[in-house]
Amino acid sequence: MLERVQSERTQSDRTMIEIRDITRSYGSFKALDNASLAIREGEFFSLLGPSGCGKTTLLRMIAGFDTPTSGSIAVDGQPMDGIPANRRPTNMVFQSYAIFPHLNVEQNVAYGLKRLKLDAGEEKRRAEEALAQVSLTGLGKRRATELSGGQRQRVALARALVMRPKVLLLDEPLSALDKKLREQMQVELRRLQQAVGITFVLVTHDQYEALAMSDRIAVMFGGRIAQVASPKEIYQRPVNRQVADFLGGMNFVKAEIVEENGASLVLDTLGFGRVRTDKPKAFVRNGGAATLGIRPERLRVLWDNATAKFEVAGKVVERHYFGEITHLIVEIPGLEKPLSVTETNDFGADDIPVGAPIRLGYDPEALVAMAD
Amino acid sequence: MTAIRRFLPGWLSSYAVLYLLFLYLPVIFLPIFSINTAATPKFPLSGVTLHWYEDLPRTPALIDATWNSLIVGVSASILSTVLGILAARSITRYRYPGRRAVNGLIMAPLVLPEVIVAISMLLVMLQLGLSLSLFTVVLGHVLVCIPYSMTVLTSGFEGFDRSLEEASADLGESAFGTFRRVTLPMVAPAIISSLLVCFTISLDEFIIAFFLTGTEATLPIYIWGQLRFAAKLPGVLALGTLLLFASFVLMTIAEILRRRAARRTQNEGGLYA
Repeated sequence: MLERVQSERTQSDRTMIEIRDITRSYGSFKALDNASLAIREGEFFSLLGPSGCGKTTLLRMIAGFDTPTSGSIAVDGQPMDGIPANRRPTNMVFQSYAIFPHLNVEQNVAYGLKRLKLDAGEEKRRAEEALAQVSLTGLGKRRATELSGGQRQRVALARALVMRPKVLLLDEPLSALDKKLREQMQVELRRLQQAVGITFVLVTHDQYEALAMSDRIAVMFGGRIAQVASPKEIYQRPVNRQVADFLGGMNFVKAEIVEENGASLVLDTLGFGRVRTDKPKAFVRNGGAATLGIRPERLRVLWDNATAKFEVAGKVVERHYFGEITHLIVEIPGLEKPLSVTETNDFGADDIPVGAPIRLGYDPEALVAMAD
Repeated sequence: MTAIRRFLPGWLSSYAVLYLLFLYLPVIFLPIFSINTAATPKFPLSGVTLHWYEDLPRTPALIDATWNSLIVGVSASILSTVLGILAARSITRYRYPGRRAVNGLIMAPLVLPEVIVAISMLLVMLQLGLSLSLFTVVLGHVLVCIPYSMTVLTSGFEGFDRSLEEASADLGESAFGTFRRVTLPMVAPAIISSLLVCFTISLDEFIIAFFLTGTEATLPIYIWGQLRFAAKLPGVLALGTLLLFASFVLMTIAEILRRRAARRTQNEGGLYA
């Protein structure tokens, strides 16, 4: 029997980066609007959001390339106000990688070490160690222009890690790579972070990237932080429709609040009837209406005489084949929008005819209540 | 259609040959007649000699003119490149209202009639009470060189990824250190290229030098003076050949360097093997 275990983490509860009430205005436009955040030591933390949500601005402020209009940032207990980028205990991997084209790989990696005035042997040893960490041993003499995209990224990583920063900042580091390489680098980055134990702060607009790599994620919209939680919680318990929608597909069902108490909510819905769900921590009631959400993969097709404790019945109106999964659009009487259902193709979901009646089973725990 | 298509390639290549002849025939005549034993430039050549070249270093006025040209060329190229760096950096790096207008105004002397520019500069110099000398020639040459300097430098600076300088700061380097270790090495080829282009232009420039110089002649002015004597023509042709050769070499090096600079600043994200 397989046991479910929480993954073990090396991180402490100490705060490494304290972001307090940061606002950044450009005229009347606010790139960041009163954002506060505490990032823990040794944590792989992601800032996730669509372009223009302020995530890159926030990262650049931690690095010292941008100044908040108001608010403060502290790294490892030290206030960063007025401290320029070159004297901060942070290092950055740039989106363009910013590899110095007139230097070779080794010189790129040792660039920051030159300021430390180490003796030649020590400098070389540290540069080689950093190259080994990113599996580039032996490529030290290559010119920057002779590297592939993935290699350039590794050089950028080594160049930052060799400084032994307290915080490593990564600005969309994987966005320029093709899909396969990107997935490989996600695993490697995660492994590297666990090996070096440095706090990583990653900026990304790719929800799968954030889910796959992070200990915690902050989801941002319009300069505000919408939710900070573990990948699992963000995905399964999004605080609002915006967050739910940004992190993959979600079926939204209109609901009426019948009863509300400390820990749970009772909602009346059209397609799903009366349901009792956990009340989300950040739930703030806005009148009598709410939204009930369920992820497409949490609805499963009930074959033949199979039954489930909770089920809804309807009719298949569309079917889309995606190789390993099939995406069904199912009309449920009473629901204004049909439900999306994803089903793996091992039981023949790809053969369900359009127009066929269908029953869907679900676990009530998969239902998530969101404030309207 | 097919007839045209069959006819066109042959016609096109003869057109191309004529075109090149038109461009380079005068240039080819210069070295040919400079090794002619006879003083009159006429075919067939009466004999081949390097006599005219050997005579050049024995002409004191020519030596003086060469020195004057070198002084003016070096000063004008350094001055216009320094001014060009400032302008090119501002235009490629910052976005501000009037950026295009400024760029246009800096490039404009390129298309102004040189004789008009020369006369107006003469007027200005006289108004300022400056006596005509090599210094006034330098000022005039800076004016005509800046557009060329700008063209070379903006092509070298453009696409300079700002995150390179940020990366340097991020790795602990100071603003000056960043300039010395990143910015300068990256743009150095463009700067050298600009120096060479400006030097070449100054070396060959006649009209402005003619109007703005006092008693000291630069090489083109010396050549102009020599043309009055028919017997001096072969010497002028020899000198002209040398100038032509020098210009050609300098411009070639400048272009190679300019391309290298452009490649350096623009290869970010390129070459994904």
